[in-house]
Amino acid sequence: MIRRLLAVWHARNLEFLRDRPTLIFTLLLPIALVVGMSFVFGGRERPVFKIGVVAATINPDSHPFLRERYVEFVPLPDRDAGVQKVQHQQIDLLFEPSGTPRYWVNTDSPKGYIAEKLLLAAAPAAQRQPVTGAAVRYVDWLFPGILGMNMMFSCLFGVGYVVLRYRKSGFLKRLHATPLTAFEFLSAQVLSRLCLILFVTGVLYAGIGAIIHFHTAGSFALLLLLAVLGALSMIALGLTIAARFSSEELVGGLLNLLTWPMMLLSGIWFSLEGSPQWVRWIAAVFPLTHVLEGARAIMLDGAGAVQIAPHLIYLGATALLFLGFGAWSFRWRVE
Amino acid sequence: MSEPILEVRNLVKQYPSVTAVDGLSLAVPAGICFGLLGPNGAGKTTTIEIMEGILTATSGEVTYRGSPLGQRFREEAGILFQKTALQDFLTVRQSISLFRGLYDRGLAVDEVIRLCALEKLADRDNRKLSGGQQQRLLLAIALVNDPALLFLDEPTTGLDPQARRNFWALIQSIKARNKTIILTTHYMEEAELLCDEIAIMDRGRIIAQGAPRRLLHEHFAEVLLELPKQDFPASARALPLRIIDGAERVEITTDDLDATLRTLIDAHVPLTSLRIRPANLEDLFLELTGKELRA
Repeated sequence: MIRRLLAVWHARNLEFLRDRPTLIFTLLLPIALVVGMSFVFGGRERPVFKIGVVAATINPDSHPFLRERYVEFVPLPDRDAGVQKVQHQQIDLLFEPSGTPRYWVNTDSPKGYIAEKLLLAAAPAAQRQPVTGAAVRYVDWLFPGILGMNMMFSCLFGVGYVVLRYRKSGFLKRLHATPLTAFEFLSAQVLSRLCLILFVTGVLYAGIGAIIHFHTAGSFALLLLLAVLGALSMIALGLTIAARFSSEELVGGLLNLLTWPMMLLSGIWFSLEGSPQWVRWIAAVFPLTHVLEGARAIMLDGAGAVQIAPHLIYLGATALLFLGFGAWSFRWRVE
Repeated sequence: MSEPILEVRNLVKQYPSVTAVDGLSLAVPAGICFGLLGPNGAGKTTTIEIMEGILTATSGEVTYRGSPLGQRFREEAGILFQKTALQDFLTVRQSISLFRGLYDRGLAVDEVIRLCALEKLADRDNRKLSGGQQQRLLLAIALVNDPALLFLDEPTTGLDPQARRNFWALIQSIKARNKTIILTTHYMEEAELLCDEIAIMDRGRIIAQGAPRRLLHEHFAEVLLELPKQDFPASARALPLRIIDGAERVEITTDDLDATLRTLIDAHVPLTSLRIRPANLEDLFLELTGKELRA
């Protein structure tokens, strides 16, 4: 069984690595996206202070500080999320006007220092809650998103269309005439794609990381485990689509139906914080959401295995579920 | 005759709108080349794919060496489909190696390459082969497990005459290795050259089966006269002759050539384009079904 699996795995790897245009595109697209997005959103900082306010909406009448000029006030109903933004220097200060006024300021942030002076001029009795943490630029936040997006496309289309092509061309039918089982074939496809994705993602991680001077805060081993489980879950999801259909239009449509909501709702480009609860419920179904939340927690906050365990468990469980369904519904030939 | 290596009993394959195979039974003795002949749509590919274990029959049974098709059959059977694509970006050698890796036992990759005369093409991308070279590669893949039973489904369709003759020589050399071959074709010349026994199919059924020479002897007198249709006047149809109508020609079978020629001359049938030849399998099919094989 292992020999048959390895034979198919090896042949698929050769096919992918020799398909130069696809390989180059797979590597260049994410680099171009990161560079482009960091250019558009990263650029020069805007000449205003950005201060979070623990409230559902900003009411300038509720506190004199909220009437300051050249300050952008952002409502942040979730205080913990707001504190995290202060730690990452995504906002310069977090102000809670209700009750006894309090504020959180990052003592490592020069802009936080100035913003604090401004606040104390308007609210001298506000209680200081100091936090620390290096700045997280948008590009740092975007980086895991781009890697995850590339992984998602590679998992879903790379497996879905390849199996469909094999079926339509009759190659699967020819394999069916050998002792190879559906389980062996699918396992070889999953393992081949997994190895290639890890290789490509590793190259991108090193390459883009060097360009944007990114340093992962947490464990590489944990990040690798998350990447393996995430890729397995999404490859298996691609197999469930490609398992039996023979129509390129149908498979293309179904894959788009899966990828576009993930593109928009999994938090690749922007955080889902503050979005309606139903959007977050939908997002929580997608494997990519768990990959990105787990990856950002490891890469930006240095989270450990315990903190991201729910993501790991979800990805592992969905990988098994999708693989089982894919193997059960697999068809060798065009019906 | 030896025990059948493959046996089919009461095979039926029913599709929603058509019965492709209609109660077919046959037995293939070991060590022979068995031909399944018939026109397009006769049900030969459906039949052979059920025999290969690729398609499931609606009813009926296929046994290999007395047992239902299973793992042993998959290990010991080699298959050349009518149409097969291979994995892109692989060379001839790598394509063969891939399939060699799927079997527990078989021939060395180099031996298969030599057997199918692919030495000079071994490192070429499999997409850059001519039709004949591609078929030789697919045959090499079918032989990679040193099969006891080899299925060849219309192996020379689409090849030019030279490539077809080369392929026939290759099949004859494989036959000489004491393999059992099941061949479907609509080239009668191919069947006559390669097959020890044939079954002629039409509308999902076998309408004649046996050794080609014996079948011809049973159904035909010694010679056959062939005339272009436009040279054969309507009045001549009333003559006491055994006439078979083809698409472009009229054929007359006879065991008394002199008498038949005299009859035609007396009826003023122009004989300038007359051709006299022994009957072949094409004629047999026409005789049995009233249809031409490649109609």
